[in-house]
Amino acid sequence: MPELLSVKNLRKYFPVKKKFLKAVDNVSFSLEQGETLGLVGESGSGKSTLGRSILRLIEPDAGEIIFDGVDLRKLKGEELRQKRRFMQIIFQDPLASLNPMMTIGQNIEDPLIIHNIGTREERRRAVEELLDIVGLGREVIDAFPYEFSGGQQQRVGIARALALNPKFIVADEPVSSLDVSIQAQIVSLLYELKRRFKISYLFISHDLAVVRYLSDKVAVMYLGTIVEMAPKEELYTNPLHPYTRALLASVPKMPRDGERQRRFSALKGEVPSPIDLPQGCRFQSRCEYVMETCRKQEPAFREVSPGHFVACHLV
Amino acid sequence: MAELLIVNNLKTYFDRYDGVVKAVDGISYKVNYGETLAIVGESGSGKTVSVLSLLRLIKRNGRIVDGEAIFDGKDLLKLNKEELRQVRGKDISIVFQDPMTSLNPIMRVGIQIMEPILWHRVMSDKEARERAIELLRLVGIPEYKTRVWDYPFQFSGGMRQRVMIAMALACNPKLVIADEPTTALDVTVRAQILNLLSDMKEEFKTSVIFITHDITLAMNFADTIMVMYAGKIAEYASAEKFIRNPLHPYSQGLISSTLDINAKEGTLRPIPGNPPSLVNPPSGCRFHPRCSYAQDICREVEPEYKEVEDGHFVACHLVKGGKFNA
Repeated sequence: MPELLSVKNLRKYFPVKKKFLKAVDNVSFSLEQGETLGLVGESGSGKSTLGRSILRLIEPDAGEIIFDGVDLRKLKGEELRQKRRFMQIIFQDPLASLNPMMTIGQNIEDPLIIHNIGTREERRRAVEELLDIVGLGREVIDAFPYEFSGGQQQRVGIARALALNPKFIVADEPVSSLDVSIQAQIVSLLYELKRRFKISYLFISHDLAVVRYLSDKVAVMYLGTIVEMAPKEELYTNPLHPYTRALLASVPKMPRDGERQRRFSALKGEVPSPIDLPQGCRFQSRCEYVMETCRKQEPAFREVSPGHFVACHLV
Repeated sequence: MAELLIVNNLKTYFDRYDGVVKAVDGISYKVNYGETLAIVGESGSGKTVSVLSLLRLIKRNGRIVDGEAIFDGKDLLKLNKEELRQVRGKDISIVFQDPMTSLNPIMRVGIQIMEPILWHRVMSDKEARERAIELLRLVGIPEYKTRVWDYPFQFSGGMRQRVMIAMALACNPKLVIADEPTTALDVTVRAQILNLLSDMKEEFKTSVIFITHDITLAMNFADTIMVMYAGKIAEYASAEKFIRNPLHPYSQGLISSTLDINAKEGTLRPIPGNPPSLVNPPSGCRFHPRCSYAQDICREVEPEYKEVEDGHFVACHLVKGGKFNA
């Protein structure tokens, strides 16, 4: 598959009282057409900032975003708008991301109007088709967002993201505000869409199980950088970075064979402030294997086996 | 084991502009001394109201319509305000989901931990200070001797939840209600807090009601599991029995729609539809519109909540002789 997106050394620092919060610090990855990259990390790790910086909803400070052969950071005005047609986003809070004064149909049609696509009739047909695709049914076209449950609202958000036939969608925690049974419905829908249309996703989530289900490869973020990235199965079965290992171990597993866990493997401490990062490895304060080198030198992000990248001195 | 709490036929309704919301509609359960009961359900299933009703911590438009709640020999629902105050924070305490909004932002955490101790006159002022410091040590706050006089904003989310737990334990309660205590926390911190809750349960020999939407967590963590749907109990069983033999189609659906970290691709089986309105709940079994096994009887007759095997209760027409027959 050809490469669709290549992010190189992307950086976004936010100034905070004469210092900098390094939200995204030298992040690089690439994505093929139709491929889904799962991005996991705890709150404050920079995963949303990364997602939005790629779309330039947040203006990055440095780096390249090569999308479809063009560096998005070099584009502006109409050129950028034309490219953006092919990149969409699904937000965490579906109600807040829909226009409350517009009907469901108008919300979904809006991107088509903005990009001047089709006649009124054609757009109406497109909207109806989208409603079918996301499992809502055409009869809801004149309803308003507030009349819908969270899960249905999120389906509208997904339909709107699909309206322009995008090549790339950033899905920023699209299921975390939903109830369990509804979460499963939306995950199933995203899974189907992924197989049906050749869309690349950047799927941002703190839920390691959902990420495993939907992604082709997975990147783990900690304090603004990717500490490990690998094809999905490789990452979940052979995690190398101590942080990835700790994350995976801390998730309670379904006790199908009657083997219950009363205690959970817990990482010590909490994520430190991203403002005053220590010298050396960012994970040193919580790592049980920390050595002298880790405190002095920042580990390089390197490929240790085909497609498996990790930033750790111990690997 | 002896029973600490027996709830019988509890009904809590809320008056709303569009009718009466039957948030909790005739439920019965019990908690033994030292037991951890997990109440599992989605938003609006009544899991929180079914417990907070015991302390009458419900909104103004809510009222307890019927039922009794025998706690340590007395009916909590018949206590007057003053008697109820003696129970709140002393015999029964609560750890809420969001520690930031449930701690007082302008009060030092040590003072907040001392508050219930002094209010219930469990010990002197000086002893209470020492107790507050000791509790912070127990819940694993580093440099607890100085941090005890810090304000909540000076603590991280996980540390605030530790403070909440210290507060809840201050008066040696018989029952701690933990309402989604780890939902707002990051995964690695969540594991820490769960371990702390386990340790504290051992240390203080308290019973715990653990309210959660996470069935995986409940199945690992609790002694007993109670699954609620639309204001009613769908199933109630020991965790062992529940893991081996979940009988209610809703319980089965919750399990099959929960993604396990080891789940294989394409194995997710979501429950269709949405939870029903509690103003106008469906006829018969409240789960029937979403149940793939629903039959005529399910649409017409409300299933009885009954014991199908020793200690295993289910409300489903299709469960017979301890087995699910569809």
